[in-house]
Amino acid sequence: MTTASTTSTPTSTPSASVAPLLSIAGLVRRFGGLTAVNGLSLSLADGELVSVIGPNGAGKTTLFNLITGLDTPDVGSVAFAGQDVTGFAAERLAGLGLARTFQHGRVFGNLSVLDNVLVGAHTRLRAVRPPLGLPLLGPLAELGLALLPPAAVRAEEERLRAEATEIIALFGDRLTPRLDKPAHSLSYANRRRVEIARALALKPRLLLLDEPTAGMNPTETAEMLEIIRGLKGRGLTILLIEHKLDLVMQLSDRVVVMDHGARIAEGLPSAVATDPAVIEAYLGHKAVGAANQDDAAAVVPTKRGIGE
Amino acid sequence: MTDAVLRLDRVNSFYGPVQVHFDLSLEVGRGQIVCLLGGNASGKSTTMKIILGLLKPRSGQVLFDGQPLTGLSTPQIVRRGIGSVPESRRLFATMTVRENVLMGAYTRDDRAGVAEDYERVLDLFPKLRERHAQQAGTLSGGEQQMVAMARALMGRPRLIVMDEPTMGLSPLHVDRVLEMIQTINGQGVSVFMVEQNASLALQIAHHGYVLQTGRIALSGPAADLARDPQIRDAYLGGAQAA
Amino acid sequence: MFPTSFGPWLDYTINGLVIGNIYALLAVGLALIFGVSHLINFAHGSVYMVGAYIGWLGITKLNLPLPVTFAAVAVGCGLLGAVIERVGLRPLRNAPRIAPLLATIGLSVVLDQSAQLLFSPDPRALPTQLPSWRIAIGGGSIGALDLLIAGVGIGSAALLYGFLRFTRLGWAVRATALDRDAAQQCGVDVDKVNRTVFAIASALGGVSGLLVGMYYNTIDPNMGFQAGLKGIVAQLIGGVGNVPGAIAGSLLLGLIESYGIALFGTSYRNLFAFVALILILVLRPNGLFAKARRLPPEPLTGTFIAPSRPLVLPGWLIGLLIVAALALPFAVQQPYLLQTLGNAWLYALLALSLTLVAGTVGQVSLGHAGLLAIGAYASALLALDAGIPVLLAVPLAGVIAAALGTALVFPAFRLRGHYVSIATLAVGEIVTLVILNWESLTRGPIGVTGVPPLSVAGTPLVSGQWVYWIPLVVLLVFAGVQTRLLSSHLGRTLRAIREDDVAARSYGVDLNRYKGLAFAVAGFVAGVGGALMAHFYSYINHETFPAPVSMLALTMVILGGLGNVAGAVLGAVVLVGLPELFRAAAEYRMLIYGVVLLLLIRFRPQGLLGTV
Repeated sequence: MTTASTTSTPTSTPSASVAPLLSIAGLVRRFGGLTAVNGLSLSLADGELVSVIGPNGAGKTTLFNLITGLDTPDVGSVAFAGQDVTGFAAERLAGLGLARTFQHGRVFGNLSVLDNVLVGAHTRLRAVRPPLGLPLLGPLAELGLALLPPAAVRAEEERLRAEATEIIALFGDRLTPRLDKPAHSLSYANRRRVEIARALALKPRLLLLDEPTAGMNPTETAEMLEIIRGLKGRGLTILLIEHKLDLVMQLSDRVVVMDHGARIAEGLPSAVATDPAVIEAYLGHKAVGAANQDDAAAVVPTKRGIGE
Repeated sequence: MTDAVLRLDRVNSFYGPVQVHFDLSLEVGRGQIVCLLGGNASGKSTTMKIILGLLKPRSGQVLFDGQPLTGLSTPQIVRRGIGSVPESRRLFATMTVRENVLMGAYTRDDRAGVAEDYERVLDLFPKLRERHAQQAGTLSGGEQQMVAMARALMGRPRLIVMDEPTMGLSPLHVDRVLEMIQTINGQGVSVFMVEQNASLALQIAHHGYVLQTGRIALSGPAADLARDPQIRDAYLGGAQAA
Repeated sequence: MFPTSFGPWLDYTINGLVIGNIYALLAVGLALIFGVSHLINFAHGSVYMVGAYIGWLGITKLNLPLPVTFAAVAVGCGLLGAVIERVGLRPLRNAPRIAPLLATIGLSVVLDQSAQLLFSPDPRALPTQLPSWRIAIGGGSIGALDLLIAGVGIGSAALLYGFLRFTRLGWAVRATALDRDAAQQCGVDVDKVNRTVFAIASALGGVSGLLVGMYYNTIDPNMGFQAGLKGIVAQLIGGVGNVPGAIAGSLLLGLIESYGIALFGTSYRNLFAFVALILILVLRPNGLFAKARRLPPEPLTGTFIAPSRPLVLPGWLIGLLIVAALALPFAVQQPYLLQTLGNAWLYALLALSLTLVAGTVGQVSLGHAGLLAIGAYASALLALDAGIPVLLAVPLAGVIAAALGTALVFPAFRLRGHYVSIATLAVGEIVTLVILNWESLTRGPIGVTGVPPLSVAGTPLVSGQWVYWIPLVVLLVFAGVQTRLLSSHLGRTLRAIREDDVAARSYGVDLNRYKGLAFAVAGFVAGVGGALMAHFYSYINHETFPAPVSMLALTMVILGGLGNVAGAVLGAVVLVGLPELFRAAAEYRMLIYGVVLLLLIRFRPQGLLGTV
């Protein structure tokens, strides 16, 4: 029963000239003895593409879950389009224009490619989901309109189908010939494409991509790079988790490096790539045999066990 | 490499309709540390499952000490002498450190030998001696990794396979873990490790393979790979890490 | 009603603890099984029943000494447990997690029905050879049997503790429960562990059945169903898979029941357990003793819907079949055949309803007969007591079933997988128990007699043709509506929830809203079906729609193909129509359903027409 409009203009904050679209402050999430996200802050301006990099287990996906409402932080806040959305449910955030893909690919296996993408457009159904605001009448009206669709509902469905087909065509002939195939029959790479198409069907204001090129070969990765570049060119704001650094370096306006749940560096791609702390954490230490233990201990203040 | 402790021979594996490995072949020389590098979803962890018999290849075979492991269950493969350090440690969280380590000797019947080996691994990881009665789930990540390695050693394996042993560890612990792997290898145990972090793994490995969408894209002595510009492009993103 | 002196309360407490001890023997086994195989074993109650019968054979037929009888029960049920593991669980190791649960339901039906065929459905007395002295304690008293039950309970707990703590196999059990893959990588043969655990759990369950038989001095083939549910409830109170929690939960449940009976009367006995179950599921789904917030649960991405290609029937064939079905009464005049098929159409309405929630939305409901009961009672009482014309009462009953059914299941909307099944099972039981106990409205155990038939302009529609045509036309209308619903945006939305509710939520799908819609539509369809049954049968009571009807509905739906509209109709015709037409003896029918369910889950989970 989301009544919020996805097309509403961002509420302007008087204090800042350009309010960030997304701003995260002091996010903490603990799982038992492990602190997956540890006091992370981050903000994204409209139209920006920011990449989050870091080794596996650094807390990147947990961060995505916290932003998209699939998990709630123990401490900290998330603001989206000037509104405090901490603790909002995932479905509500989707209604506000937040779309994501999943690291391990969560397509709807038994749904066709087209239906997968159409589910992405769920929050944009207007004619068939009249915003009545009443608890029982809304769903009942939706049921009635679905069973006996008036012209407006049929037109909406047609329009969304056409649009979904168009989005799918973004991926060339990778998906278009497979519109009616169930998603479980697709290759790994194609499932990732379906996920991105589904996210685009939401017409997101912020798109979160969790390793869009995982499992793709260099050709496919290059294709994906062009697609993301195109999305960015259209002004879409994107938060990207990615391991393939050349892709990150080519696409990002800014790069955030995470390790052990915290941000260890942030900046322009070129600056991050040469940051010694990043090289240390992400690219690994140089010679281990010769590694100076005292040195390592001095560099890394262990944050483990806070509050435990 | 003629004296291979482990050899994968043209393995093709699938998850449902999706093929993961395409004619994957690789070997681990006796007494060596061999690493398999690759990004997420490249098929690394599936390689571990294939070796341990948790997933059966559709074609091709896995040979351990020259003997095919085809048709054997995971416990049978473990009995043959392959120890495992799974991804994110996978300890038995509410069992004590001692119970966890001794679970590694589950397949053995020589009580005296087990007791002796238990003392030996505690000497190897003295920290565990202090913690032996503590629940494993309450340990730090680095200590958990020690338990996982001690557990794998208790089966007296000739080969230990490790899935991303440094994942999620703080840099200090990463160094320790790499040293532990070298120590274990120093005891004559061959090591096959899967790693995403190429430069870390290549520091201690003798030989490396790079897996890309289920195929070996590159292989060679670790030192050569570490200098290979292709690896640098793929994994170090052209960063001036060297 | 309200005992005022202290003595009776002490007796109630002792009684509660004794019953709790018996539940504990069941719940501990269920907890062990859940621990190693993440399965809620619905066949556990049947093992308990088998234990009681082995004990009955030992005591009354073979005149064995009591310790020998106990040993025979433990060994016999232990073996049965190992067989259940082998047949019900191991072949389904790689199947979706709901599959073994359904298999245990099938096994339970097979065991219960076999016992009925072997020992007749009538209760048997199970005399104890124990001395009849009682020790008086402060106004209450304890008998030899109470002490025996306490002794068996405490002794079993101690043995189990020793086994888990000090033996190698016990360690393997604990390790497997904590991390199955890691245990395998330590060389643990998890099949052996599972078998061991099933054997131990079943031995305990069998002993529990024997003790209960001795305690009440009566056993019957259906005693397992309720007891199994009690064990599940006790286990959930303590937190699934938690062995000490299961013991504590059982004692608590025993006390709740004992005090509850003291306050409200015996007929409410089972209601307390199920209400407690719903409360626990809603308020503390991890049990009373769970620690604070845990890791968010892994998504249940594997539903029962196996990837499959549904068989698409061409439009002309469906049209032809419909015309043939409508024209049948002109060709065939035997009232018996028409009546049988009419009954099949009525059950097809139930299957249509269930295939929407269990198939399309993936919420495997095990209490669907409750919706029939609500519809039937609503329509019958509206017509009889409120004087509403039958033709109006039927759709009104549909609305009532939709509203009430959705409201009752609503607390379970936030649950997933197995929990949904348990919650709906409990809701179904609650409906039956409320009907039984709310005498002022429902006439209680007497039932509702003289339900008026459907009639138009004063002419009752009771002849063979009408009994056939009315359900058929209603069925065709609802099947058409459901097909239309599935092809609208609701179809893909509901199926998306089934496939991956987390991804669905991330795209703005409000789970409560759409599960609510699906249950409302399903409630309406089943409610109308139940209402029609009431008017055709003219007599209903709380046992007209028992739990086995829910299992039958599930079997129909799986047989036809989950979510498949044509499949639901086919399933009903095959399972309701055919046995009748072939004059299969009524007592074998449930057994056949159980076997069909087992075979389907094992060999053709996508059903005849394929899942949609």
